[in-house]
Amino acid sequence: MVTNPHRLPQYFLDSFLFLTLVRSASPVQIRFILLQNRQGKTRLARYYVPLEDSEKHKVEYEVHRLVVNRDPKFTNFVEFRTHKVIYRRYAGLFFSLCVDITDNELAYLECIHLFVEILDHFFSNVCELDLVFNFHKVYLILDEFILAGELQETSKRVLLFPS
Amino acid sequence: MASTPAAPAVAPSLVDTLFQRSLNDLVKSLRADPSAAGEAVAVARALSEIHREIRAPDAATKSVALQKLTYLSSLHFAPVGTHLLAFPAIELLASPHLPHKRLAYLAASLSLHPASLSLLPLATHQLHKDLSPSSAGAAHQQHLSALALQLLASPAAAAAPDLPVHLAHDLVPHLARGSPRAIAAAARVIAASPSAAVPVLFKPLAACLASPDPRASTAAAAAFCDLSAPPADATPFLPLAPDLYNLLTTSRSNWALIKVLKVFARLAPLEPRLAARIVDPVCQLLTRSSAMSLTFECIRTVLTALPAHDAAVRLAIGKAKEFVAADDDPNLRYLGLLALGLLGPAYASTVNDCRDAIVKSLGDADTNIRQEALHLIMGMVNENNIMDIAGMLISHVAKSDPEFANDILGAVLAACGHNVYEMVVDFDWYVSLLADMARTLLCAQGDEIGRQLVDVGLRVRDARPELVRSARTLLIDPALLGNHFLFPVLSAAAWVSGEYVDLTKDPVELVEALLQPRTSLLPISVRAVYIHAVFKVITWCFSVYVGRLGDSGMAVDVMFDRLAADQTVGSESNVALVSGEEQDIGASTVRKDPFSHESILYMINLIQTTVGPLINCNEVEVQERALNLIGFVHLVREIQELNKRNVADGDKPSRLEELVKTMQTVFCQELGPVSVNAQMKVATPDGLILNENLVELAGIVSEDDTTPSTSIFFYPCSRHSADTRDELAVSIDSSSLSEHRKRHGLFYLQTGKTEDEPNDYPQANDSLPSSSNNSVNDDKLKTAELVFAGKKSTATKSRPKVVKLDTEDFLSSMMPSANVPKEDPLSGALRDVLLGSDAKALSSQRASDINLEGMLNKTSSNESSSQQIENLGSHPASRSSSRTSKQQNHDKEKGTNPPESDGKEPRKHRSSGRSGHRQGKHKHREKSSTQPDTIPQAPVIQDFLL
Repeated sequence: MVTNPHRLPQYFLDSFLFLTLVRSASPVQIRFILLQNRQGKTRLARYYVPLEDSEKHKVEYEVHRLVVNRDPKFTNFVEFRTHKVIYRRYAGLFFSLCVDITDNELAYLECIHLFVEILDHFFSNVCELDLVFNFHKVYLILDEFILAGELQETSKRVLLFPS
Repeated sequence: MASTPAAPAVAPSLVDTLFQRSLNDLVKSLRADPSAAGEAVAVARALSEIHREIRAPDAATKSVALQKLTYLSSLHFAPVGTHLLAFPAIELLASPHLPHKRLAYLAASLSLHPASLSLLPLATHQLHKDLSPSSAGAAHQQHLSALALQLLASPAAAAAPDLPVHLAHDLVPHLARGSPRAIAAAARVIAASPSAAVPVLFKPLAACLASPDPRASTAAAAAFCDLSAPPADATPFLPLAPDLYNLLTTSRSNWALIKVLKVFARLAPLEPRLAARIVDPVCQLLTRSSAMSLTFECIRTVLTALPAHDAAVRLAIGKAKEFVAADDDPNLRYLGLLALGLLGPAYASTVNDCRDAIVKSLGDADTNIRQEALHLIMGMVNENNIMDIAGMLISHVAKSDPEFANDILGAVLAACGHNVYEMVVDFDWYVSLLADMARTLLCAQGDEIGRQLVDVGLRVRDARPELVRSARTLLIDPALLGNHFLFPVLSAAAWVSGEYVDLTKDPVELVEALLQPRTSLLPISVRAVYIHAVFKVITWCFSVYVGRLGDSGMAVDVMFDRLAADQTVGSESNVALVSGEEQDIGASTVRKDPFSHESILYMINLIQTTVGPLINCNEVEVQERALNLIGFVHLVREIQELNKRNVADGDKPSRLEELVKTMQTVFCQELGPVSVNAQMKVATPDGLILNENLVELAGIVSEDDTTPSTSIFFYPCSRHSADTRDELAVSIDSSSLSEHRKRHGLFYLQTGKTEDEPNDYPQANDSLPSSSNNSVNDDKLKTAELVFAGKKSTATKSRPKVVKLDTEDFLSSMMPSANVPKEDPLSGALRDVLLGSDAKALSSQRASDINLEGMLNKTSSNESSSQQIENLGSHPASRSSSRTSKQQNHDKEKGTNPPESDGKEPRKHRSSGRSGHRQGKHKHREKSSTQPDTIPQAPVIQDFLL
């Protein structure tokens, strides 16, 4: 068993910002969502547009290249082909969302954080290994959260404890 | 760690379940050997296992195998065929056991692919079953339908053509329930096949917009936001405006509001009353909301969709400025700049207010922010502040990383060069700015800088002195020769120095700079320009020298006695002169007067030592020019030699004079810019019937591309055609041209000659039999008139005239009134042919010896031109055109032949498109020397190309 997993931080500082947004269901047009570690290993990949396998490989490689060397002082938005990638780094994991160029950047940033919080709750202090060994559960959570590229549910209570 | 949903309901076959590895085991085995090879082995082993297990009749075994396969395929460990994954997934969909079903739906949604759509009909029935109400408990049913809706919303399923037809009706009850999943799925289905789904699904979907359940209304807003997104037409969604408006005013969900705002941003331009309606709620949101994402969405909506509402725009600008000022958050700063970038020019002054913050952002760590700041700054530029801004930007270049430095340089070049330098007032400043840019450390914009240096020289007469000064500073710096990005700049500087050599202060230094040893680092094309520039410089020096001899009160004979005497004094002779020490001595003495006998001798010797070896260069461009130059030097020397031997021979000085004058006429025509639209300026003559519909031409164009180009560039046609052998370019060109003419004679102009003569097409820059004095043309050819800008009479720094094409008239004060019109040969010939009988009237003098057929005939046009322009015989153009067209256009080389005989210096005609108009220079250059009376007096430029 590999030790020393990267612990994700509990919350990020400006959570007040997203709290105003999280209360009810919200939709987002998302092209794909990727979880990658610093080495470029994909831990989760969900595509909401049909892509060939080779194309997925290329996308994952390119997105990793784009985000991995960015300084924390940089913006969290990178142009990617004709779209843009909104990413956020938690310890050694990069959460990247690809959206339209005109979509609302800040909203997705909050969306990423919400997803991380949900994972954190579910696995109680989530680490990269949790994601590796429970990949199907992560998928189920993600599918509760985002459906067809639209944010489905932003209430943590509903997501984690469905009636 | 607990992992697999084992708990099989059906009794498993004992052996399979006992020994089957779970997903956990698989992951562990994959991680056991992190090396790529070890992983590949583990994957291969796992795959072979899975292949066996997945065929098991037992659902539990199958589901675990499917789970492992999903893991392998979705994280790209293994090249799993989608079929392999899809088929068992669809099999398992029918399982009554919920965990199995869940796995199957996950696998299906991950694996279904446009390529595997053939499998989807197999799932249709199961989907239908899961969507429709069943006898099972409500909670169970909800889970089932959620899974089915999930699959329906997956991209592949939505793309299936017949799925909506079969399942649209099943969606309706779920929509009525207000399920967000159903709403998302419905949106997908509608987007995928509107014709089948809209009649069934659109109304229930629209009803969800008014649903009291915030989840449903938000999901519906999102769905309509997606559906109305470009490139779709938003007009059909206008009827939804009341519901959306209601949502805008009542919803508490920021996400819903963002979506609604996006829809309104698309609808508002379609319906003006809508904009007036929503402006108030949007402004309220803007002021009240504490969520930055919503604030930004409001700003964007106002700036893009409500530009007419000034108060709202000002409010939005205020918020955007707050964003820009957010020091601690780069995201907000970026978005603030982005918002300001959305503003039109009407609000330029308000953007200007936060110029300091924007300039500060130029130094930001993040590329996005810097780019956006640069974009904003370039948007502020006008002719009053361009000097400040450009200066500030150039100072930023040194602090930036290479990529951004060149972005800045490119932006400055583009802004200043925009629309023929319309924003540049002080060209002296601009020229020195160009030189400064070239000298910045990271500059990689050499091409554009070089182009603009030459272009400014051609267009702005008043900038030339400064241009020559700047070129000098570039040329004398040996360090610049090592930077390959600067070669185009150096090439342009060399060309400028040669072309406007009469403005240079110290030609000796210039020659030294052009011949410095490090020029061997230059590429061939640039070296050729350098050598040619030397040629021009030395020619000019000679003309000044000879002119001075004539001007001074002394008899020419006496002067030449002195010249000869000098020659004898230094007459350990040429051999010694060539030697290095001699040059050094020369270098120190010649500085005082560049046109003294010593300086001339020094330059000649320098040329011989440095250029001499190049006549054996294996690059033709360099070799040819070196030969030209050496040939000229030899001629001059020979005359001096003769002079030395026979002082009494009074003929020699005049021969030298004659030679120099002749050489000078070669370079005397002023080059001007050529319009891209030149062809359009040719007036359609009366009586010419053009086909309304040129469809017939399409056949020709598609057959081959060898239609004679009407553009000003004459490349060998083989460049355009697909099947080329370059070395044969020229011959192919001419033969295929005649071939083409044979086939499509209809579209060729009547020449009266039979084809087959490869030379019969007029060359772009033939000197024309048009130096004749036909002012009759003037009124008829007004469209094509180019007159040079007048020199400012005032000494103030008002903006000099820039020669712009495509504007009608330029006053020429540089051109004496007695100018002779000169036409471009091609357009002239075309016109004459088109005009037919009018031609005689137009060119009365010409008409006597040139008939219409002759106009298109190269040789006859040459003859006529040489009859009228003595000393300016035209050179058979085929050779020069094949050469020079290879060359980069901006080199603007004026090729010359070696001076093979006295008195006749054929001038190569450049076919590179700059029609040679250098008459203006005549006067300019000949200040100190007399004009050979054989040359037509400064002709007016009458050019169809301009």
